Amino acid sequence: MLRVPLLLRNTASVRAVSPFLSQHRYATAEAQAQEPGQDVKASKAKSQPEPVKESVSFAKNLFRGTIKADQVFPFPEVLDDEQTEMLQMLVDPCAKFFEEQNDALKNDSLEKVEDHVMEGLKEMGAFGLQVPQEHGGLGLNNTQYARLVEIVGSHDLGVGITLGAHQSIGFKGILLSGNPEQKAKYLPDLASGKKMAAFCLTEPASGSDASSIKTRAVPSADGKHYTLNGSKIWISNGGLAEVFTVFAKTPVKNETTGETKDKITAFIVERSFGGVSNGPPEKKMGIKASNTAEVYFEDCKVPAENVLGGIGNGFKVAMHILNNGRFGMAAALSGTMSYCIRKAVDHASERNQFGDKIANYGAIQEKIARMVIAQYVTESMAYMVSANMDQGSPEFEIEAAISKIYASEAAWFCADEAIQVTGGMGYMRDCGLERVMRDLRIFRIFEGTNDILRIFIALTGIQYAGKYLQEVQKAMKNPVGNMSVLMDMTSKRAKRALGASLGQSLTKDVHKDLHTSADQTVKAIENFGGTIEDLLIKHKKNIQHEQFILKRLADSAIDIFGMVSVLSRASRTLNQGQPTAEHETNICQVFCDEASERIAANLKATKSSDSTKIFKQLSGISKDVVTNGGSLQRHPLGF
Amino acid sequence: MNPFDEIAVEEAVRMKEKKLATEIVAISCGPQQCQETLRTALAMGVDRAIHVLVDPKDYEGLQPIHVSKIIANAAKEEKADIVLLGKQAIDDDCNQTGQMTAALLDWPQATFASKVEKTNGDLQVIREIDGGLETIKVKVPAVLTADLRLNEPRYATLPNIMKAKKKPLASKKPSDYGVDMTPRQEIVSVEDPPVRQAGQKVENVDDLVGKLKDAGLV
Repeated sequence: MLRVPLLLRNTASVRAVSPFLSQHRYATAEAQAQEPGQDVKASKAKSQPEPVKESVSFAKNLFRGTIKADQVFPFPEVLDDEQTEMLQMLVDPCAKFFEEQNDALKNDSLEKVEDHVMEGLKEMGAFGLQVPQEHGGLGLNNTQYARLVEIVGSHDLGVGITLGAHQSIGFKGILLSGNPEQKAKYLPDLASGKKMAAFCLTEPASGSDASSIKTRAVPSADGKHYTLNGSKIWISNGGLAEVFTVFAKTPVKNETTGETKDKITAFIVERSFGGVSNGPPEKKMGIKASNTAEVYFEDCKVPAENVLGGIGNGFKVAMHILNNGRFGMAAALSGTMSYCIRKAVDHASERNQFGDKIANYGAIQEKIARMVIAQYVTESMAYMVSANMDQGSPEFEIEAAISKIYASEAAWFCADEAIQVTGGMGYMRDCGLERVMRDLRIFRIFEGTNDILRIFIALTGIQYAGKYLQEVQKAMKNPVGNMSVLMDMTSKRAKRALGASLGQSLTKDVHKDLHTSADQTVKAIENFGGTIEDLLIKHKKNIQHEQFILKRLADSAIDIFGMVSVLSRASRTLNQGQPTAEHETNICQVFCDEASERIAANLKATKSSDSTKIFKQLSGISKDVVTNGGSLQRHPLGF
Repeated sequence: MNPFDEIAVEEAVRMKEKKLATEIVAISCGPQQCQETLRTALAMGVDRAIHVLVDPKDYEGLQPIHVSKIIANAAKEEKADIVLLGKQAIDDDCNQTGQMTAALLDWPQATFASKVEKTNGDLQVIREIDGGLETIKVKVPAVLTADLRLNEPRYATLPNIMKAKKKPLASKKPSDYGVDMTPRQEIVSVEDPPVRQAGQKVENVDDLVGKLKDAGLV
């Protein structure tokens, strides 16, 4: 009981930790429900917060240091026999089409997908993979979709973006938020590829900060249509699309206050409405085969029935679309990584130097092994997330964001190392790796930059954890009546202070050969949860501005989710006695060993005074150079 | 699917698209995996399929004569007008099934077809033969075998693959067609080609001439 006074002091200082984060503008789960800045009043108005609803998301609960394993153990399997059989029938013809018909290098040099390939893809049904069969699509679930885009990703990311911009974001809004009439009207032509779709959110002055868009849609006096004005940039398929999902500000009147405020609304806009035009195809670093263009709306008249997902709900619609599309990138990129690995292995097993195959040298072996591990983690995350989505999990946005970040960075690493292994050959265009590297670069930038997504992950998780702390804070007002809540908290903090485990375990979920890795994971999770709590107590609401810290928290969350994904998958392989069990055990153990070290270092850096000093210095160096407009240091030669 | 069979399926589908045929039935004799091949055929546009399940023991001794008998009897049962096959298998390259089927049915045959057209109730078939092309006319019912240049088979599209799942696929046994699966050929012996003697390197022409003389070759 000695520690209770300490607890009281600390928890007292976390007052008002929770509501603050609702103001952050990084598109969080809360933001899905309400546009940034809209829900502040609502939360403040609630003097008695309701008991926190426990999330089913593994990643969210991570931020409380709690293991919520239902979604991750055992490795989720969602396909029934029939779905599996059907998918198996689709995989080979799809791969065969790409092998025989598509020439990625030619598409790259033509800066478009060749016409016959485009026609073939349409006939093949590739434009409507997830559209329900009654609307002319294949009606695939997310897992089935993931398996097919993995094939696309291993052949041609330019084609992948053309298809993805169309169905993963372009008309995803109609699938997710459209009403029956909108679905019936638009989906058949979109699924067949007769019409292409594009997603129009980004504007010249509005990138990561999506809520700052300037495009406006003004309702007519009779309320029958909206007049849309504005311009959108870097729109994939912008020059090809007939149907656009467009986000614009619309005036919305608050019924209670009578006040009119601009809110974002999503619209389905057809090119044929008039007033829609586009710029020339942009010249890009990679994914050249895909069309990217500016799209302009000038007095474009949009019928009121084309409002998508309700007036003023555009921000929610946009985030819903993006959250639902991200898993596909991890799947596609795990295909790309397999391609890179194959290239590196082909070369390393043939190339003789110094009297031996280069694959027999440690320098090359480490590269190949690390590529394989990165691919394994990516693939495990991709199918974990797609399965969670197919299970109907309402919360997967942190997991999806993690998979996008990890996949895009792991794929970049793989392409880079594949080029290193293949040496001069890999640097040549015909090898097919330099194109992959150029194509890959955008994946760390678009659909939420990895930097913004890291902050999104950290803040979404912290917000959730903060609610629990707030409950403790509330309980403090009536310590006697809420003794159990307080005791629970006290004992948790006491145990942590003594370096003892909180008694959580993954041993029943994980195969016995991987128990060391499982223990590392539990330790990492408890350390993570404790760190979040300490940081909330220390920084209070200012934690949202501590981006050096938030980045390290996100990196830790990514590593932990990676550990859990591979533990779950490798356990399944071991339990089934698959022939690859030993190989996968090695992959899993190496990843977990190294990840647990990275996590410990990252978490330490969020709290240690050394790191605080380094962050200050880094910030200072940057400020100096920004003020100077470039490098500031004295040249070694003095001139 | 064997590429020649794929060409045969494509030709059949084109005949149906040109309204020359009303129904296409694909038939395959062999193990369970044949069903996947048949599903591909269904996805390409075949209407229904028959899988004649041959058990693994019989499959080892499966010969063109067995397959021909099954196909001939199936053709009679289905009242087929045209039996269209690939010209040969790509494992044992027998190139016999089409010809034997025609003989068993006592139907005309047009093998190695590179073009098939309908002319006044007959079929005009261009065949690839040594040294050129031969144009023949056959009356239906007839047996045709497809050569490489007859057509370029289409890709099975994903929606059609899904629809193919709902098309009927009947499972039969060789005995349903009254076919005795006892092998008619016996492999007497299999020999490796003789091992070639290692060669020798000689320093110069004189050496070479000397060695040839010693061996009594010049």
